[in-house]
Amino acid sequence: MSTYTPHTASEIREMLDVVGVKNLESLYQGLEGIFARDMNLPAGKSQQEVARYFEKLAAANNVFGSIFLGAGAYQHYIPPVVKSILSRSEFITAYTPYQAEMSQGILQAIFEFQSMIAELTGMQVSNASLYDGSTALADGILMLSEKKKNKVLLSEGINPRSLEVVRTYLAPLGFEIELIALENGKTSLADLEKKLSDDVFAVGLAQPNFYGVIEDAATIGEAAKAAGVGYIMQVEPFACALLKTPFECGADVAVGEGQPLGMPLSFGGPYLGFIGAREKLTRRMQGRIVGKTHDSEGRDAYVLTLQAREQHIRREKAGSSICSNQALCALTATVYMASAGKEGMKEVARQSLSKAHYLAAQMTAIDGFELKYSSEFFNEFVVVSSAPADLIRNKCTEKNILPGLKLSDHEMLWCATEVNSKEDIDQLISVLKEVRP
Amino acid sequence: MSKLKFLKSHEWYSAENNTVGISDFAQHELGDIVFVELPEVGENVEAGVAFGNVESVKAVSEIYSPVSGVVTEVNEDLQSAPELINQDAYAAWMIKVKVSSVSEELISSADYDELTKR
Amino acid sequence: MKTIFEKSQTGKCALSIAACDVPEYRLEEGILRQEDARLPEVSEIDVVRHYTALSKRAYGVDDGFYPLGSCTMKYNPKLNEEVAALPGFTGIHPLQCPRTVQGALEVMYRLSEKLAEITGMDQVTLQPAAGAHGEYTSLQLIRAYHLDRGDTQRNKIIVPDSAHGTNPASASMAGYSIINIPSGPDGCVDLEALKAAVGKDTAALMLTNPNTVGIFEKGITQIAKIVHEAGGLLYYDGANLNAIMGTIRPGDMGYDVVHLNLHKTFSTPHGGGGPGSGPVGCKKALAKYLPGPIVVKTQEGYALSESSEKSIGRVKTFYGNFLVALRALAYIEVLGKEGIKQAAQLAVLNANYMMARLKGKFPTHSSKICMHEFVVSCEEIKKEIGVSALDFAKTMIDRNMHPPTIYFPLIVHEALMFEPTETESKATLDWACDTVLELLEEAYRDPEAFKKHPCSMPIGRPDEVTAARKPVIIFGRDSD
Repeated sequence: MSTYTPHTASEIREMLDVVGVKNLESLYQGLEGIFARDMNLPAGKSQQEVARYFEKLAAANNVFGSIFLGAGAYQHYIPPVVKSILSRSEFITAYTPYQAEMSQGILQAIFEFQSMIAELTGMQVSNASLYDGSTALADGILMLSEKKKNKVLLSEGINPRSLEVVRTYLAPLGFEIELIALENGKTSLADLEKKLSDDVFAVGLAQPNFYGVIEDAATIGEAAKAAGVGYIMQVEPFACALLKTPFECGADVAVGEGQPLGMPLSFGGPYLGFIGAREKLTRRMQGRIVGKTHDSEGRDAYVLTLQAREQHIRREKAGSSICSNQALCALTATVYMASAGKEGMKEVARQSLSKAHYLAAQMTAIDGFELKYSSEFFNEFVVVSSAPADLIRNKCTEKNILPGLKLSDHEMLWCATEVNSKEDIDQLISVLKEVRP
Repeated sequence: MSKLKFLKSHEWYSAENNTVGISDFAQHELGDIVFVELPEVGENVEAGVAFGNVESVKAVSEIYSPVSGVVTEVNEDLQSAPELINQDAYAAWMIKVKVSSVSEELISSADYDELTKR
Repeated sequence: MKTIFEKSQTGKCALSIAACDVPEYRLEEGILRQEDARLPEVSEIDVVRHYTALSKRAYGVDDGFYPLGSCTMKYNPKLNEEVAALPGFTGIHPLQCPRTVQGALEVMYRLSEKLAEITGMDQVTLQPAAGAHGEYTSLQLIRAYHLDRGDTQRNKIIVPDSAHGTNPASASMAGYSIINIPSGPDGCVDLEALKAAVGKDTAALMLTNPNTVGIFEKGITQIAKIVHEAGGLLYYDGANLNAIMGTIRPGDMGYDVVHLNLHKTFSTPHGGGGPGSGPVGCKKALAKYLPGPIVVKTQEGYALSESSEKSIGRVKTFYGNFLVALRALAYIEVLGKEGIKQAAQLAVLNANYMMARLKGKFPTHSSKICMHEFVVSCEEIKKEIGVSALDFAKTMIDRNMHPPTIYFPLIVHEALMFEPTETESKATLDWACDTVLELLEEAYRDPEAFKKHPCSMPIGRPDEVTAARKPVIIFGRDSD
């Protein structure tokens, strides 16, 4: 049996003597009588047995041969470099880099991460990471809040799970959320203009949105600007490499889910929330920020900076309580973006786009399968089918294919990335052809 | 400096210029000041109520107003150079106020010196 | 060291993917970005060398002693990493049909069950991503509980002045105002101050036990009674559970809701600042407010139950940091009932052993038995020779030891807070104590030289003032 503690019995004896107590139980003097209880937990096992147990559990999960499901979590190719670097224990087993002198590697990596996010989104500042794409959206909205205004207008095209997280975050603070309707899958400008009022402090949408549609983000940005309210975009990182940046669209804050940047699907986590903002909002940004400075000899040095905004100093007046973030995931994204680089990011984006369009074209060529929206899309799209979604799901599962997300009885949200080969797509199509309502 | 009045919470008020700032003792206690958050022109301040804050690297302190009134001017230099407060706390005024009333808690320069004597 | 951006050369790329085998689709020019993102262009070996070099400028538990108080930097078992890397776990999509992820659901179910038993709670959610996120979720539960009972005036959270800063910050995010109560001279809750603070507006008291000076709050039963009689709830900050796990349960002490840090107590690695995991456990009365979904066991196997109508709503997109939770379960399975209890006992023994060896040389905050951590103060030393807690910390870096937590808790001036954890051997503790005592002598011998550390690192003490006055947080956006 292993307990990961290195003490020998005689060492424990010696240490107890130095402390001046007779046994380990005496360390809880006066407490045992009150609280001690026998816990209902199994006995310990060897590492070998536990490894076998987890292998069995892992085998009880179905890892699909081909995946056409996105909806907030995406399968992309992860270069071996990422796994190799991320296995370095100096990174894995370190705490938050409080002691700058012995943490320059971690601090510099975060600085590089912030810089890459700024490049990708076009924004002027960024931070060390947030919990995930949904909490980042909630935080970003709170960054834009103003005294005397209590409403945020959010597009119905935002991932429903993100909307739910935003509702959770905003409810206790007395903020109200009003949804902007979609028109042919896109955030409706007319509905937005109708709903813009004096009590609105921000407008938000997702690019591309949950239904895969590419929004007229610049047009919505202009409307927000004309009304003098803040503008936040929740963006997909690969789409950022191709589409007009949030900055170009007039966003004040850009947030997103960084999972596609080198993190496996992992049943939903750990993932990565990222944020970029205009410079004037730097001090309202939540979480850790790394800054570049120098030491007494003029050498470049990186430190956690602007800490007086944070919970450990400002306590109840801090804008957020975030302490541990998703540092190792941010490092994953950094190594991924460094590997892919300028061209690789665009290539993955272009392939995802092309494959999704090929998949959509093939699918809608089948009788009884139609695109729900005619608006341009990125790598996801909604298809309405005469065959029930449940039936499609069962047929695909039988063939080791993970199909799109069921949105309603006859609607599914499909996704493709660079990972889906033409052969995989054609196989899916042949399965769908067999599905008869 | 002897013309200035002080709050025990270390802010000064100059009746001559209608300006408000923090004392030399306060800047010294805070250490290197890295940021000052001040109200905007046109906002109201209230005697005894915080109107802004000063940050050092590892601390943040609220600044309480010695007077009530409307802010007529803000020292914009402090935004880009908060170190001016460390250099000369009495020259580095923070806000100018159209004063409607003055805090009753204000004490003289001599009394403030006495209070902060170590 | 140069950034990866400065190593960029046009045309290089370290990503190798198959050529596109479907017709290329082009988007209309008008919706495209005007300039490419200026991401670095480097080859595979550049990436490997660069980030390997950065890793050598970092320090983890695998590198040496890491007695960072309040952070429980125990050894992170390699088995955890191995099982978390199994493709059967990394390759599954969070929205797969539950019957295709029975193994993953069992992990979540089993871990929740074990954590409920260890904390003495009835129901657990694994959704929060980190400790502070768990605190925040707990406060939302507390809010929902009071509001649902029509008790709308409870808008205050009581927090001792010794609390972690995350406590008041999380409460404030949940819409509460804060009442700070002073600690007694021993660092424990001052019962009179608590009695004076509670009332009809009290939503909850947030309290970690053992507290932040490493002492068990023996008055906990009375504290619970005072808070409950006033109609408030008692919240357990799980940061310090490592001292008591397997022996004492927050639920038995009278706590109603608790958050845990799997990345502290349950051996999952901290990753240089996350991902952690901050599960929340609560008593039955609060269970219906938990964020959904929750894993349930049915006759057909494990399933995800939709959240109750009264749920506070999701706090995260999916089910939390699943791979972190999985590591924690691996840890609990290995240790088992006796191992968990022994881990806590040895954590307490290690802290007491270190404290005993340093006692008399450094003023310690407590003369009694401490729990898993203890606080010493450099206040007297600073007055005498001008050497501060920070100077001690920086000098330890030169001795290949991660410094303890400094300047926390706020109620102890010039604090050094040591938490050795149970995974350190007697030999390591002896070495650490010898080192600290040598440093003390060194400080008295030459205080001025002492303040110049560290000198063996890639940098000396950084200029944090300039960093904060003129923030440079993006590459290429500074003037120099």
